[in-house]
Formats: sequence, C-alpha cells, structure tokens
Amino acid sequence: MTINPDAKMDESQNGTEIYSTDPLIVKSTYSIDYIHSYAQDSEFFRALGKKKLMGSRCKKCHYGFATPRSHCMMCGAETEWVELPTKGKIHSYTTCYFGSEVFLPQTPFNLVLVEFEGFDSLFMARLIGAEQDDMYVGMPIVAKFKRLQSFSPTDVYFVPAKGSEKKPSAAVKKNKR
Amino acid sequence: MKHKGRKVYMVSGGVTKFAKSTPDMDFRLRVKKAFDYALNDVGLTINDIDGSVASYFSDHFQRQLMSGIMVQDYLGLTPKPSKRVEGGGATGGLSFQTGYEEIASGRMDTCAVYGFESMSHVNTWKGNEFIALASDTNFDYPVGGFYTGYYAMMAVRHMHEFGTTVEQLAKVSIKNHENALNNPYAQSPMKLTVEDVRNSPMVSYPLTRLDVCAMSDGAAVAILASEEKAFEITKHPIEITGIGTGTDTMRLADRPFGKVPLLPNEKPSDYRDLKYPGIHSFRAGRSAAKEAYEAAGITDPLKELDAVELHDAYTSSEIQTYEDLGLCKYGEGGQFIEEGKSKLNGKVPVNFSGGLLACGHPVGATGIMQGVFMFWQLQKTIKKHFKSDKLQLNNPKRGLIHSHAGTGTYVTVSIMEVPK
Repeated sequence: MTINPDAKMDESQNGTEIYSTDPLIVKSTYSIDYIHSYAQDSEFFRALGKKKLMGSRCKKCHYGFATPRSHCMMCGAETEWVELPTKGKIHSYTTCYFGSEVFLPQTPFNLVLVEFEGFDSLFMARLIGAEQDDMYVGMPIVAKFKRLQSFSPTDVYFVPAKGSEKKPSAAVKKNKR
Repeated sequence: MKHKGRKVYMVSGGVTKFAKSTPDMDFRLRVKKAFDYALNDVGLTINDIDGSVASYFSDHFQRQLMSGIMVQDYLGLTPKPSKRVEGGGATGGLSFQTGYEEIASGRMDTCAVYGFESMSHVNTWKGNEFIALASDTNFDYPVGGFYTGYYAMMAVRHMHEFGTTVEQLAKVSIKNHENALNNPYAQSPMKLTVEDVRNSPMVSYPLTRLDVCAMSDGAAVAILASEEKAFEITKHPIEITGIGTGTDTMRLADRPFGKVPLLPNEKPSDYRDLKYPGIHSFRAGRSAAKEAYEAAGITDPLKELDAVELHDAYTSSEIQTYEDLGLCKYGEGGQFIEEGKSKLNGKVPVNFSGGLLACGHPVGATGIMQGVFMFWQLQKTIKKHFKSDKLQLNNPKRGLIHSHAGTGTYVTVSIMEVPK
C-alpha cells in the first residue's frame, strides 16, 4: 500500500532574499563549471607556456593570421601553425575605466590591437606599463609571458618597447583618405 | 542578389516606453501592450495574424530559454507558425527581415514581428558581461570582456585614419538626445553641450558615459502584410522595398585590409590608399547597404533618402555608419555631423527619434522600434503617436533603418517607402 493522504513535502530552511514585495522581486543565483575544450586551438594556449605566440598561415594562399584558425577565411584551405614575432606595434588602443563585472577590479586597464611585421591580421591583448596618454598608434611594444600559466589568452601581455616614448611630433594625421 | 518575392508592406506598429527597469511587467506583458497598440491602431484581432517572428538577444538576462514561445502563448498566437531569430545587437533588424521573408515567400499574408529584452534583471556590470559573452570567449572575452572597449579601439583608429575628433563624437550625442525631447517613448531625452558629453565619466577612451547607450527594458511590434492584405487593412501602408544583410568576423583582430566595396555614387579613386575595413569601418554595414540599395534602386543615398534610423549604440558608430551607408565618403563622417547634415533640419535627418543613445537599447526590441518610428514618420502619423508633430518631417517618401551587432558582425539595412 503506497497511498498516503498525510504525505508532506520536505521544506528547506534556506529562505529567500527579497528585494521588494510589490512587485515581488527575489534573488536567484546561477553558477556552473564548464568542461571547456580549446579543441583545434589548444596549441596556442600550450605554446604561451613556452613563451611563444602562435599564429596561423594558409598553406595555399599564405595569408598570415595573427590569431589561431585552422582554416583560411580567404580561400578555405588548411593553415599551419607559425610563430609570431614577440615585437609588434599598436594598431589601436583604449583604456577601460569600467568593464564587465569580473573585470571591474582590474580597471583601469589598457586594451591594444597589435600588428606584426609579415602578418596580415591583428591580435588583441592587454598592455601594461603605460597609461592612456602614453599610448599612440604605431607605438613599438613587446610581448611578455606569465610564468604561471592560467591557460587563458591573458598568459601573454604587452609592454612598451624601450625608447618608445611619444615624440612631440606624433600628432594625428588630418583628413587623410 | 536579386529579390524576386512578393511585395511586402508594414501596416502597423507599437512600442512600449523604454525604461531602465519595469519590474511591474514581465516581457510577455510588455510585448502584449505593444502588440495590442499595433492591432488596435488598424482594427485587427489576433485572428487576422497568420504567424510571427520572435526577436530577443540573450537567454542570460532572464535565465529563461524559449522566451519566444512564452510570448507567442501569452499573445494567443499558438498554434500558429513562429520562430525565434537571434543575431546580437542586430536581432531586431534580422527579425524584421525574417518577417519580410515570410510575406515575400508567400507563406504568410500577415506576420507579427515582436521584439523584447529585459535587461534590468541583472546589474549594469553583469549586463556588460552578458553582452561581452557575444565576443569570442576563447580569445577576446578573457582579455577585455567589454564591448565599449572594443568600439573604443575602433573609434581611436577612425580618429587616426581620418582625423575625426571627440567633439564630433559629442555632437552626435547632443543631436540624438535633443531629438528625443519630443519623443515620449525615449528613455533619456536631454539637452547637452559638448562639455557635458566630454566631462561625463570616461567609460573607455575616447567614449564617455554620454557617448554610450543605456540598457533598457522594452518591447516593440511590427505587423507586416502582403500587398492585397495591406490595402485591406489600412489606406496608408508603407512598402518595404529592399533588404540587405552583411556580416564580418567575430574577432576584431581578424578583419582584413582590402578594398572598399563601392556604391554607385563612389569611384575607385576616392579610396586609393585606404585599407578596408581594418577596424575603422563596418564592412558588414557597407555590404548590407549595397544589397538593400540594389533591391530598392537607390544610386545616390544622400539625395534619395529622406530619413535614417541607425544603430547608434556608440556616437562613434553613428559617424562610421554615415560612411558605410554612403551618406558621405569614408573619412567624411566627422565633418558630416559637424556641418549639421544629419540634424532634423539637415540634408538627411538621422535618428530623428533620438536613436539608441536617447531611446535606450532593449536589444531584441531595438531594430523593430526603428521600423515602427520610421513607419509612423513615412505615414505622417508622428503627431498621433508622439502627441506632438515636432519630429514629423515635411514630406518624407523614403527611409532607411539599420540594425547592427557587436563590432559590426551582423548588420541589416531595410528600405521603407510610401507606395507610389
């Protein structure tokens, strides 16, 4: 006999945080651990531990990507891994004074898009050792690698090259088309 | 690309007032309000609607998957056909075009395109995190994780290439917030000066708080119809004469440095030394415009367009978009705003409604909101819906709406016209 008219559901004593009763607004929490694979891009993250920045070059059309991608977006052929130079130039930059919640404690921080000699596309990274007013388009910068890897693209970051201070003449070009 | 389908018209629209937070209504009720407004405006009932398209961007904001079907069910549109369309910030524009395709293909005679977003369920910085998850989470998100930062780098490069100034950016903010003073649906109408914009807190250099749109709760609905149905429903339908969609790489770093795809009013000598798009321009915006102009037969956009509602999530994006749309040449966007060409009384009023900067940006609703405002503008019913005719243009015949996703990954352009 399994029928029990006196059955009672278990209750939790955790309670619920309430922000407002009209309308009723309650706190709801969500967190999750992902089993995230870097798949065909794994080599990029492993190489950062060996102080190497890896890009991709198309085997067929030789287009050079400063980011990993195993197939060429120009012709669709397979690419191969190639080592990028550790010296580059600022293609563009910004300083973030606000950010996403996880990065708020790190503000202000600098973002740069880096151009490398012999490569057709750019690479996004953090730059330290310079403030907003110190950075300029064309500034020579150098890659540095963290000793303790977190297997994130932030295992590599950039610093200004020696002697890269802004020259007084480094003014903005006007209305060039 | 040739568009060979049936003619498509917009017959009605509705928008809720966009607001930072509206906890007394959920997304279903907000859409219902915009939907009823649209139905009542032309005397339709739910029985007149053949199917729908649901437009919303993120499942994260509400932690509710399949929000689309919940709206479909709340509106009483089940068991009719519907689908959800998603493409970041361009979700609204893509959904509007999906509605167009439902009619053009002959599948439906009437289609309700409804869009919504409820961004107030998390704080602003968590919201920024959710939006940044729409950048490459292996390579870009862990480094910066902030869309304003990505756009700021594009703006810096535009300033470097073309000499665009922060004062020119500020003028976009001033224009759009001022236009919104006469739009009762806008979230943040205000009168501003260049100093106000430059002195507001720096978010990501060179973009200040007033160069960036806000997060919002909101909903918008557009009802589209076939030619026969459209003229049965209203004396003044507006024809959608062309749609275009462009795409670009997810990672900003991967954008190529090639040649400008030219519009009919441009020649190769205009851009001899310009490496395109790099990160200074939105190639997807140019592709979308090119496709839509071909379909609508537009060869000189500045002359042939009477109004533009474009995706100004950032002031810099508006300037970049003038150029993508061919309202001026690449490099002249800064001058375009400087000379007042996009003002209400300028050559082509851009964002007469106040745009995203002043109306707000509840992502899935935004691109549809633009469609509704343009519909009312071309119908000359601004007074009826805004309770003021200050934003009604004199005799607008043809308008363009433009929707845009993260750093220009998806961009849509749709052309709307008063039928001849």
